Amino acid sequence: MTRFLSLVFLLRGLLAVFAALLIGSVLILAAGADPLTAYGTLFQGAFLDYWGFATTLQIMSPLLLAGLAVVLPLRAGLFNIGAEGQIYIGALFATVIALYVPGLPGPLHILLCSFAGALGGALWALIPALLKAYRRINEIIVTLLLNFVALHFVSFMVGGPMMEPGAPYPYSPEIPESLFLPHLLPRTDAHAGVLVGVVIALVMFAVFHRGTFGFSLDTVARNPDAARYAGISVERHIIVAFLVAGAIAGLAGTFEVLGHRYRLFHAFSQGYGYDGIVVAFLAGLSPLLAIVSALFLAGLRAGASIMQRAVGIETTVIEAIQGLVILFVAVSLAFRYRATEVGRALRRRQEVERALDAESEERES
Amino acid sequence: MDLLNLQTLTDMLGTSLRLSVPLIFAALGGVLSERSGVFNIALEGKILAGAFGAALGAFLFNDPFGGLLVGILFGMLAGSILAVLGVSLGVNQIVTGIAINLFVLGITAFLSRIVFGAQANTLRLPGFKPIDLPGLSSIPVIGPVLFRQDLMVYLMIALAILVFLFLYRTPWGLAVRAVGDNPAAADTAGIPVHGVRYGCVIAAGGLAAMGGSYIVLSQVFLFSEHMSAGKGFIALAAVILGRWHPLGALAACLLFGMFDALQLRLQFNYQDVPHQFFQMLPYLISILALVGLVGKPRPPAAIGRDYRREAK
Repeated sequence: MTRFLSLVFLLRGLLAVFAALLIGSVLILAAGADPLTAYGTLFQGAFLDYWGFATTLQIMSPLLLAGLAVVLPLRAGLFNIGAEGQIYIGALFATVIALYVPGLPGPLHILLCSFAGALGGALWALIPALLKAYRRINEIIVTLLLNFVALHFVSFMVGGPMMEPGAPYPYSPEIPESLFLPHLLPRTDAHAGVLVGVVIALVMFAVFHRGTFGFSLDTVARNPDAARYAGISVERHIIVAFLVAGAIAGLAGTFEVLGHRYRLFHAFSQGYGYDGIVVAFLAGLSPLLAIVSALFLAGLRAGASIMQRAVGIETTVIEAIQGLVILFVAVSLAFRYRATEVGRALRRRQEVERALDAESEERES
Repeated sequence: MDLLNLQTLTDMLGTSLRLSVPLIFAALGGVLSERSGVFNIALEGKILAGAFGAALGAFLFNDPFGGLLVGILFGMLAGSILAVLGVSLGVNQIVTGIAINLFVLGITAFLSRIVFGAQANTLRLPGFKPIDLPGLSSIPVIGPVLFRQDLMVYLMIALAILVFLFLYRTPWGLAVRAVGDNPAAADTAGIPVHGVRYGCVIAAGGLAAMGGSYIVLSQVFLFSEHMSAGKGFIALAAVILGRWHPLGALAACLLFGMFDALQLRLQFNYQDVPHQFFQMLPYLISILALVGLVGKPRPPAAIGRDYRREAK
C-alpha cells in the first residue's frame, strides 16, 4: 500500500515538475529565448555531457544530503529548516580538523574530518531539538534563525581567525592535498560525497522499513501516548532525529570543503540547505526517491550555467523554476493529501505537540 | 560609547525605530493572520515580494507612492497563495509557507535581473523623504526620534493602533479571534471561518509587504536578491514574544530594532572586530528572547489546523 502511494506520489511530483517547467518556459520566453532550445541545452548539458554530468553529481552531493536531513525529522513530524546552518557549522568543524590537526595519514584524516563535520552539524541541530523537546519552542523559527547565525559565524571565522593571509576576500587557507576526496569521474569535480549520500539514503530506507528505530520513530509520531506507554521517550526521539539529521547536513558541508572547494569560503553554501527542502518534498519524504529528486534538481543547477552560455538566459531562471516546483508540490498535496506520507507526517506532528503539551501540563500541576 | 550624551541617545533611538519598522509591519501581519488561526511562516517571502514590488513600482512610475502600491499588491498576491492553498485546499500551512518563501526568492531573483538588468546595483530609486511635524519635531530627543520620520513610519504607527483597535474593540476583531481559537464554535455562531481567514491572510500579506517596501523606498533605494535577510523570521519570533498581541509584537520588534542599532554602533566603535561577529547578534538575540520567555506562550488554539465542517 505504501509502495503504491509513493508511486502515486512520484507521479504527482512529476506533474509538479512538468507544471513548473511549463511556467518556466513562459519566463524564458519573457527573457527572449526559445524555451525548447533552452531546456534542450540545459538537460543535454546536465545529463549527457561528460563535464556537465560531473557537475550534476558534484551539486547532487550537498542537495541529497541536505534533503535527507529534512526527511528524517519529518518522519517524526518535525521540521528541520536548518540544514543550511548545519552545513556551515559542519564545514567549519571539518576545516578546523583539516587545517590544524597535522601528521595523520590521509584516509584516517579524511575520516576524522568527516566525523568532526558530522559532529558540528549535529551539535548545531541539538539546539533546536533541546528547545523543542524541553521548552516547546517552535523548531522552525529556531532553525531558520540559526541559519543566519551560522552563516555570519563562518564569515567571521574565515574573515578573522582563520583567514588566509593576504586573501582578497574572506576564505581559509587551502587544506592539504592528501585530504582531497577521491573523484568519481577522472579530471572532474564529481567527488565521492554523492556516494556517501546514496548509501545514507539506502540505510535510511532500511531503517524506516526494517529497523527498530524506524518503528519507534513512527510510533512516537503516530501515537505518542502509546509510545510513552511502551516506554519510548518522545523527547529522546526528537533529539536523536535532529542529531542524526544535523550530522548528515554537516557531512554535506564537509564534502563541499574536502571534495570541491578545498577551502572554507564565506557564504559558500548558496542555499543548499533550502534546496534540501525542495528535494525532500519533491521526493514525497521517501529517502529512495530523494536520490532521484536530488539528481534532477542538481541537473537543473548544473545545466543552468551551460544554458546561460548557450542561449544567454540568466541562471536565476532555475531558482524561479525550483520555486515553482516546490509551490506545485504544495498544490499537489491538496489532492488526496491526507493519504500521502507528507500528510501523515504532518498529522503526526500535531500528535507530538499534543503529547508534549499534556506532559508539560502534568509537570506544572 | 556614551549613551548619556543626548545627541547619541537621540541617534540611537532614531536608528532603533527605523530598523524596527520593517519588523513591525511584518509582525502586525503575523499577528493578524495567526490570530485567525493561520500560521504565517511566509512573512519572509511577503516582505521580499513587497520589496520587489516597491522597487518595480517606483522604477516604472518613478514615484515612491507607485512603489508602495505595487509592493502592497505583490504582498497581497503572495498572501492569496497562502489563503488558497492553506485555507481552501487545506494544504499544511507550514509547507505552504516554506513553498511561498522559496518561490518568491526564486522568482524575484529572476525578475529583478530582467527588469533592472545590469543597473540593478547602481540604480537609485525614488523614495520617501522625512517629514518634520512642525512643533512636535523640536521637542528634545522624542521630537527627532518620532516626528522627523518619513510617511511610512507615521503610517506604521497608525496601523499598529488600528490593528489593535480592530482586534480588541470591534465585533470583526472578536470574530477573528474566535476563528483562531475555536473555528467550530465561530462557525456555529454564523461567522464565515474561511472568509475571515482569507481576509486576515491577505491583509497580512499587504502589511508584511509594506515592511519590504519600507526597506526599498526609505532605506536602500534599490532591490537586491534576498534582501529580506531573515527579517520575516525575526518578526515571527516577535509575534510569539509579543504573545500574539499587536502592541506586544510592536514592543518586541522595537526591542529587536534597538539591539540591531546597538550592534551597528558597536561595529562602528570596534572596527578591529570583524563586522560579521556583530551581524549575527540580531538573530541570536531573537532566539535568546524566545528561550528567555517567562512562562509558556499560548498561541491561538486553532493555529495551523485546517478547518473543515465535516471533520468535526
